[in-house]
Amino acid sequence: MSEIEYTSVTRVAGPLLFLEGVNDAGYNDLVEITLPNGETKNGQVLDTSAGLAVVQIFGTTTGLDLPNTRVKFKGETVKLPVSDAMLGRIFNGLGVPRDGGPRIVSSERPDISGGAINPYSRAEPSEFIQSGISSIDLMNTLVRGQKLPIFSGAGLPHNDLVAQIARQAKVLGKEESFAVVFGAMGLTSEEANFFIKDFENTGALERAVLFLNLADEPSMERIITPRMALTTAEYLAFSQDMHVLVILSDMTNYCESLREVSSAREEVPGRRGYPGYMYTDLSSIYERAGRIKGKKGSITQIPILSMPGDDITHPIADLTGYITEGQVVMSRDLHRRGVYPPIDVLPSLSRLMNQGIGKGRTRDDHRGVADQLYAAYAQGKDLRSLSAIVGEAALTETDRVYLKLADKFEKEFVSQGKYEDRTIEDDLRIGWRLLSALPQGDLKRVKKDFIDMYYKPQAASPS
Amino acid sequence: MGIIVKISGPVVEAEQMRDAKMYDVVRVGEEGLIGEVIRLAGKRVAIQVYEDTAGIKPGEKVENTGAPLSAELGPGLATSIFDGIQRPLPVIKDRVGDIIKRGVFAEALDKKKKWKFVPSVKRGEKVETGDVVGTVQETASTLHKVLVPSGVSGEISEISDGSFTVEEPVFAVKGAGGTKRLPMMQRWEVRRPRPYAQKLQPNRPLVTGQRVIDAFFPVARGGSACIPGPFGSGKTVTQQQLAKWADADVVVYVGCGERGNEMTEVLTTFPELEDPRNKRPLMDRTILIANTSNMPVAAREASIYTGITIAEYYRDMGYAVALMADSTSRWAEALREISGRLEEMPGEEGYPAYLGRRLAEFYERAGSVVTLGKGKKEGSVSVIGAVSPPGGDISEPVSQNTLRVTRAFWGLDASLASRRHFPSINWLTSYSLYKDVLADWYSANVSADFMEMQSKSMLILQQEAELQEIVQLVGPDALPERERAVLDAARMIREDFLQQSAYHEVDTFTSMKKDRMMLKVILTFHDLELKAVESGIPLSKVLSLDVRGRIGRMKEIPEDAAQADITKLLDDTEASFKSLAPEMQAGATEGAR
Repeated sequence: MSEIEYTSVTRVAGPLLFLEGVNDAGYNDLVEITLPNGETKNGQVLDTSAGLAVVQIFGTTTGLDLPNTRVKFKGETVKLPVSDAMLGRIFNGLGVPRDGGPRIVSSERPDISGGAINPYSRAEPSEFIQSGISSIDLMNTLVRGQKLPIFSGAGLPHNDLVAQIARQAKVLGKEESFAVVFGAMGLTSEEANFFIKDFENTGALERAVLFLNLADEPSMERIITPRMALTTAEYLAFSQDMHVLVILSDMTNYCESLREVSSAREEVPGRRGYPGYMYTDLSSIYERAGRIKGKKGSITQIPILSMPGDDITHPIADLTGYITEGQVVMSRDLHRRGVYPPIDVLPSLSRLMNQGIGKGRTRDDHRGVADQLYAAYAQGKDLRSLSAIVGEAALTETDRVYLKLADKFEKEFVSQGKYEDRTIEDDLRIGWRLLSALPQGDLKRVKKDFIDMYYKPQAASPS
Repeated sequence: MGIIVKISGPVVEAEQMRDAKMYDVVRVGEEGLIGEVIRLAGKRVAIQVYEDTAGIKPGEKVENTGAPLSAELGPGLATSIFDGIQRPLPVIKDRVGDIIKRGVFAEALDKKKKWKFVPSVKRGEKVETGDVVGTVQETASTLHKVLVPSGVSGEISEISDGSFTVEEPVFAVKGAGGTKRLPMMQRWEVRRPRPYAQKLQPNRPLVTGQRVIDAFFPVARGGSACIPGPFGSGKTVTQQQLAKWADADVVVYVGCGERGNEMTEVLTTFPELEDPRNKRPLMDRTILIANTSNMPVAAREASIYTGITIAEYYRDMGYAVALMADSTSRWAEALREISGRLEEMPGEEGYPAYLGRRLAEFYERAGSVVTLGKGKKEGSVSVIGAVSPPGGDISEPVSQNTLRVTRAFWGLDASLASRRHFPSINWLTSYSLYKDVLADWYSANVSADFMEMQSKSMLILQQEAELQEIVQLVGPDALPERERAVLDAARMIREDFLQQSAYHEVDTFTSMKKDRMMLKVILTFHDLELKAVESGIPLSKVLSLDVRGRIGRMKEIPEDAAQADITKLLDDTEASFKSLAPEMQAGATEGAR
């Protein structure tokens, strides 16, 4: 590859540079840009044709000019040196150390865009992760190798929840090496510090790799940050046999950056101005979770996204939900009523739940209890809105039982302390205590044997 | 030999390709990535590339193979798992490891494996396109028929018996243009529908084992259905249930832009499951096409064509084939992405203006047909397409264009899903236009009163929806007993019949016979309940009857015990009403019998 420097920048638009007279720019190749003041920045080729290249800069365009800016095409795509010395380190959004430590040097330099795992090579995710949170473990079970996002909103305690999961998550009966990779896109420094502090306090920091792009840092870096985090995670999982939990926050900021690039390229926009290829692009992030046959390690992903206006049909939440294996949805209503964690179980879902639960994994009545609680809580919630109109007195006797169950479900089951680590047995016990208030004939989702074993009407907590 | 002049994502433009025809397959760049010509404009040719284009530079070469994208058809298809352009994923894994790398060339069928070919024609026999010349036991449950390929007819001048690879000639046909020696394998362009002699009116249902579909919204063999629904409403589980239990001879499952772990689930569960009809592993009759969301977008566009070409090939052998495409929205998005890169004028929501035409062309490849050749074989391809409308709003272009060309609509409902009512097919919005043409089949094969029971049940559900509006205003206590009995019946239909668990070993599949018996019990109970209420017995007494618990557990009764157990339940239901009110005479129950 020639080390020619081009000075033929003819146009700068948003984060994009247009260069003329370039003939050897490879699509998606890495670019080094030297500003008139000597500062260097990186970029990537977005479009290349004979005589013209379009380059996207990671960083701001402040100080760029047309005649003196020099551009060098590196002849390779963006790569990240990876090694296990990354554990315990903090990097910026482009993988440059921000903790004062040395740069990572390694002969392993995978391409950050990663490749698709051959579906034939994937192993089925089936190991139950006990997060210690009832509304996840019993109702929306997380398994190793799953991607389960948290749909939240501004002002909701998703950071507390994720920190709690990172703190408590374990696979029962196993001691294995694990790691946390944290990719922050546009987080405030306060939020970032919260995670660093929490990881420090629990000793998790030395098993963690952090990539931080903060709110005041260049938005274009955010396109790269999650890929840096996942490339690191893939190395730790599939070369170092670790079980890696990847937390990506906040995916909404990532999508905003994607839209910024798209509009600068004057592409035909899809819904709400987001590019039409956003589904494909997001999947190239989310699909980098899972297990591979014959490999010990795994990647479990928990992306966080804040739904603008708490709207679950917003394109970002919508496309995410179509790619990920379920979602945990936070509710402002529960949060206002002081329930922590304010997880609304009804729209939440874990698609891989069935593989991780049942006999030999959790307990064989798990599925039935979860389904029954779902159905009962849904009915109770319907009745709650009905009784708001017609009054509780107009309800039938059984209806009042359901109404009460919905309240108790929120107060006793969903609600728990930030440091309360419940076992799956605890969850099932509370579940059965709630269900025991219902008439036995209504428990259609639970097998008869389990009713005989666990259904105890007299034990239904006195009110 | 062409030269690349522009690269933009999956679209590459090249010059100096005078001989290029539309949809020719080309090899792009030094690595020879597979692509397809999709536009000719002056001396410029636009190519969609089925692999990642990162690192490709202007000036690299493009080679034209001169042939359109074709599928390899022959023994070895069953149990295979392919990517969107029919490369077998296990071979790719062997070549390059767990992560798919580009530039891998892998042939669809194993060219070394020998298959036992049993001839079914003799020398001197006259054959024409579509005739069966021999068979291969492809898997325990699939008998692969070797067909005379398109454009060949004449007299059999040579026919072999024994084990051969798919490429070795096994028969020869002497025709007008000389003698052709032919192997078991043939090729077919994926974008061109395979010809047939005649299209037939569908007249029997594709029995799926799913109660809400079989009893209320059936799809015919050779018909098409669409399942739109927001995420989490159970599209994929429904599709997989159909792939597992539908009474088709061959199932083609196209995972088009969906999740990798879901394909893994299919790969791990299908070999363990038994076909309820012949007790063989379900995988034996299944062909999977997996182009997950993070695999190249252009190959996603091609995947449904690859899938339906394979489906048509088995149809031409005289089989009933079911094709599941999950999800056609991802396919449409691939179309949109390519169209955007070509800088075409967008239609609605950025989709190209030809979206509707392309969807219609695809669904029209479904059908029940008389195949080419002698013997008038009847085969069918049923197509079931999942649609993933943004935000669950089906007013968007992909859903609307699909609705125009499919005849059964299974509308999935997020609010049903969130209360774990599965399958979450909404009984008020869904429809099937096949009901009328299938009525005769139901009368002859299930029971004469089945259609009547079905409309009676739908009426109850309809009444429930109306009554619920009143309940929202005045509360359930204010309703008269009779109306509350209707609500009760609707609840039984919803919970004890429509709800079906894909994960319960018995409940996952229900035969039509059992469907009928279950409905019969519920409707009989309802008739008796109405009579009881009318004769002054309080509804609360009816609701506390013992048989109700048993009705709720009817779905758990295994198929082989169903006839006896449910008949007994029916008798017990009548008996318990009698005990409830001695004054209710047998006359009341006669009508229900």
